[in-house]
Amino acid sequence: MTLKMTASALAMAAVAATSAAARDNVQVAGSSTVLPYASIVAEAFGENFDFPTPVVESGGSSAGLKRFCEGVGENTIDVANASRAIREKEIKACADNGVTDIIETRIGYDGIVFASQIDGPAFTAFEPADIYNALGAKVLKDGELVDNDYTTWNAFNADLPDAEIMAFIPGTKHGTREVFEEKVLVAGCEATGAMEAMIEGGMSEDDAEDACMSVRADGRSVDIDGDYTETLASIDSNPNGIGVFGLAFYENNTDSLKVATMSGVEPTTETIAAGDYPVSRPLFFYVKKAHIGVIPGLKEYASFFVADEIAGPDGPLAEYGLVSDPELADTQAKIENETTMGEGM
Amino acid sequence: MTDASMPTDTPRHGKSIMVADAHTKKRNASEKRFQAYGLAAIGAGVFFLLVLLGAILSNGLSAFQQTFIEVPVYLDAAKLDKNGNRDPEDLKKVSTFGYNPLIQNAILEQVQAAGIDTPLDKASEMKALISASAAAQLRDRVIANPDLVGETVDFRILAASRVDGYLKGRVQREDLARDKNIDAVHLDIVDQMRERGLLAKAFNWEFVFGADASESRPEQAGIGIAMLGSFFMMLVVLALALPIGVAASIYLEEFAPQNWFTDLIEVNISNLAAVPSIVFGILGLSVFIQFAGLPQSAPLVGGLVLTLMTLPTIIISTRAALKAVPPSIRDAALGIGASKMQSVFHHVLPLAMPGILTGTIIGLAQALGETAPLLLIGMVGYIATNAPDGLVEGFMSPNSAMPAQIYEWAKRADPAYYERAWGGIIILLVFLLSMNIIAIILRRRFERRW
Repeated sequence: MTLKMTASALAMAAVAATSAAARDNVQVAGSSTVLPYASIVAEAFGENFDFPTPVVESGGSSAGLKRFCEGVGENTIDVANASRAIREKEIKACADNGVTDIIETRIGYDGIVFASQIDGPAFTAFEPADIYNALGAKVLKDGELVDNDYTTWNAFNADLPDAEIMAFIPGTKHGTREVFEEKVLVAGCEATGAMEAMIEGGMSEDDAEDACMSVRADGRSVDIDGDYTETLASIDSNPNGIGVFGLAFYENNTDSLKVATMSGVEPTTETIAAGDYPVSRPLFFYVKKAHIGVIPGLKEYASFFVADEIAGPDGPLAEYGLVSDPELADTQAKIENETTMGEGM
Repeated sequence: MTDASMPTDTPRHGKSIMVADAHTKKRNASEKRFQAYGLAAIGAGVFFLLVLLGAILSNGLSAFQQTFIEVPVYLDAAKLDKNGNRDPEDLKKVSTFGYNPLIQNAILEQVQAAGIDTPLDKASEMKALISASAAAQLRDRVIANPDLVGETVDFRILAASRVDGYLKGRVQREDLARDKNIDAVHLDIVDQMRERGLLAKAFNWEFVFGADASESRPEQAGIGIAMLGSFFMMLVVLALALPIGVAASIYLEEFAPQNWFTDLIEVNISNLAAVPSIVFGILGLSVFIQFAGLPQSAPLVGGLVLTLMTLPTIIISTRAALKAVPPSIRDAALGIGASKMQSVFHHVLPLAMPGILTGTIIGLAQALGETAPLLLIGMVGYIATNAPDGLVEGFMSPNSAMPAQIYEWAKRADPAYYERAWGGIIILLVFLLSMNIIAIILRRRFERRW
């Protein structure tokens, strides 16, 4: 009995201590694409500063920004990682909850690559049009818009292998999906002429664009809501599968994946930095200004993240696969001056 | 009345009971068949268990070994302590990036001194061989002992995960063509270093007791901090679920009147035991974190959520244990003048204790392996990095748990983390097995049957 009493007293003490203990570590959540970079920075930050190592969670850009916008205070996160820019809607949701001053920080660029099993069919070169023909919901066939019924890649492009269409694309909660839709599906939609046909069919331009972004629903295009490891596992069990990955993930798994060129350009940090590779997107993190000075180490973490020795072309992030931002100095100044969104633009 | 077992004077079909007739044969055969089905079912179960264990051990055991390089490093005073006063505060100004060239130089010198034949002759080209954790290791040592600056000190540093993978057979030479992390020239150096004993695999305690590491250095990652997180969660579960569960069961079993209200409670306890654990995670997020304002990722919240999950298990097993105590014990106690409470606490509860403890341990083992509710309260990610400073921090500061850490490793891009996930499973299984064995021993030793 006495043991039990002490045990429950212990729990009580722990509960009582909550109100007293202030949070002393930075909390970060958001995009699973940014997570590896954030964890590398957090680790180096913990090693080089007297602050505790920040906590980095994943969950996707949208989920992270949603938590970011829940309000101001110790029980909300300080930094949201995102593989896309924050949306108007999210800025408004933030403002409604009192999160008004947000510092937007671009850390660099990431390429989105199409890769398949290393021993699988020869998927070595794609055009956006190929991807659209394979995965779009409605395609142009003999001048008419029809539901997509292609089953093999060579049915619409004789240069592609005679293999079943099977693609694993990021789910809608991922920032990667947005880039995939805008830079591949819409581009392919225009290139195949499907978009023009839709507009001629009476759709407004916006509606046509939305229609271009919808993917076929007959099971040949599979949304992956988890991380790239899940996509990789699906590819492993599907010799004909094509997966959408981040460049950094691909570069860490070159022993099992082979990458395809897009519009004739091979994805590398160089081609993305030069802007030649078409499917790339900027990566961001967002800092709550109200937390600077309250949560110890927050500003130091933010400026450490974009320091030349970390995010620069020779830093550990570039080594992992980030394409460093040529305008890094502007970003550094932005954090130094705590310039929020809407200010100094 | 006819009785089937009545002996008859004459054998009806002229058959002896010594010779099995067709019907008996059929019945015997069907019994044999049934036994064979049963054996086959057990055989299949054992087979899958062996396959599973084989997969876990063959994939995971290598995580307990890690490749280390022994190297003397010259701690250059001109680079580490420009003021020359050996003041720890000044030494801290040199970040880990300042230490990298020293280690790379040291490796290059070692390679050249050992007469290893390689076209590489720049210090920075040695980077691919060593773990990024080495710089932090050196820096911590120098800050702790400023007097080391200016001397040559022997260090045992981790090799890069690709080098480690090469020694373990995970990285093959033919896969290297497009790997930007390492190339064949480096592997030639590795081969020669291994021959000369400069680089070797050794048991890696850091994997068992260390902290999580970032994506770029899987060789450094360990499950130790997550183990602490699990430990603190189990403390919370034990401290809350055991007293609440036992008190609830004693009341329901010994004192509660039989009416629709207690029936309702009983039905709901059974229902609660069947609720998927992710539901408790959502509950924990909205009640403990968003409403009560407890910190995110804290083992305290994880423990509270797991308490909810474990309570039905403990209540059900405690009630079964109490029910198993024969009423004569209660009657005897009451008969010699004990009060109801005395009869319960002096006689019934001690006799039910082994059953209660067994149920509790099994409940704890279940909670220890639970991942789903932890996803929602922020215990998955790059979290288990700081060892808690004390008891309160142990409950309050962000941490992960063993199954959550395994899940997190399995998600990471670098294939080296895959091996660590399997290794983590081995450690988790060791815990679960030992808890179950303790439960079995307790039951065997102390349980009384009437």
